[in-house]
Amino acid sequence: MVRVIVITSGKGGVGKTTVTANLGMTLARLGAKVALVDADFGLRNLDLLLGLENRVVYTAVEVLAGECRLDQALVRDKRQPNLVLLPATQNRKAEMITPNHMKWMVGELSHQFDFVLIDSPAGIEMGFKNAIAAAQEALVVTTPEISAVRDADRVVGLLEANNIRPAHLIVNRLRPAMVEANDMMSVADVGEILALPLIGIVPEEERVITSTNRGEPLVLDTTKTLAAEAINNIARRIQGEKVDFLNLDVPKEGLFTRFRRLISLK
Amino acid sequence: MFNFLELIRGRDRADSSRQKVKQRLQLVVAYDRVDLSPKALEMMQREILDVISRYVEVDPQGLDFSLESNQRATALIANFPITRIREDEDEEEETAAENVVKP
Ligand SMILES: Nc1ncnc2c1ncn2[C@@H]1O[C@H](COP(=O)(O)OP(=O)(O)OP(=O)(O)O)[C@@H](O)[C@H]1O
Ligand SMILES: [Mg+2]
Repeated sequence: MVRVIVITSGKGGVGKTTVTANLGMTLARLGAKVALVDADFGLRNLDLLLGLENRVVYTAVEVLAGECRLDQALVRDKRQPNLVLLPATQNRKAEMITPNHMKWMVGELSHQFDFVLIDSPAGIEMGFKNAIAAAQEALVVTTPEISAVRDADRVVGLLEANNIRPAHLIVNRLRPAMVEANDMMSVADVGEILALPLIGIVPEEERVITSTNRGEPLVLDTTKTLAAEAINNIARRIQGEKVDFLNLDVPKEGLFTRFRRLISLK
Repeated sequence: MFNFLELIRGRDRADSSRQKVKQRLQLVVAYDRVDLSPKALEMMQREILDVISRYVEVDPQGLDFSLESNQRATALIANFPITRIREDEDEEEETAAENVVKP
């Protein structure tokens, strides 16, 4: 049975596309057949994060206009044969896309894949409605910041209203040292407000940027990072495995260091 | 006030930005979830006050009317400090009636 999962957030720039690319790559490496659908029509990005931008020939719009077949538009990943991308359109023709189009396209993909991951655009307007139209489940991505959590809450309400469940929470860009200093909401704080089951905590990680620069998803990086491990764990949890959450606690500073820091601060 | 123990343990929790943001968020999502306009909310507040005022005298200074959210269920919390019970004119006790209405 195929699982169709939308990755969504409300607020822009919190890491939906990063999560989609890395999660798709990980699920594919674990042996599942994965199709990534870029539903951020008009502002496509997913091809860039995957380093597949030069291989995009057709997009969803050409498929819907009958100018090519669906399988002609699918871009096969050069590193991972289990992974394909259905690119979004860059131009204004994106406005023609409706929820029914999405249902049809995802329905077609359902026959050939184990997972269809849909990367949603920011906002809760038409693009969001298209992105959730064909989804059965959702991953709600947020950062531990007030506006991101507020917008995520709106999205959670809309997902409920559209019977998309389960919806799970991913807290991205967590900075454990700031949480420790009571300068940032903890994952528990965010979870308490949104009342969503948690499926992943991804720490802030500089290498996310360098891997994006290269078009190589972080999970492929030979340098091991906690963020990559966190995404690996999310993939395994999605597949039903019980995996402990990473210990992201900052090493406790000794009494002496803390005392010295306090004295120098006051 | 200098609290040595608190300094050793770390920054004061109660007024950290983390507690602050959490409180603000709880309030803002509670209002987002009921999706009532400020105008409708004010009207509701006035009507509830009208009804209550028929039975008791309420201290308008101490009125408190708010929404709280827990596990995605929102509750309307209203606090009306009663200065006097209408029928019984000589009772001057200060009591408070707390009203919780689940939507
Ligand atoms: N864990 C992380 N650590 C550091 N940087 C991150 C992390 N996750 C995402 N970023 C950075 O945040 C920015 C936004 O990420 P991304 O494009 O994935 O967000 P998005 O939610 O898809 O945005 P949009 O709403 O515009 O589609 C990017 O520059 C990305 O590199
Ligand atoms: Mg994106």
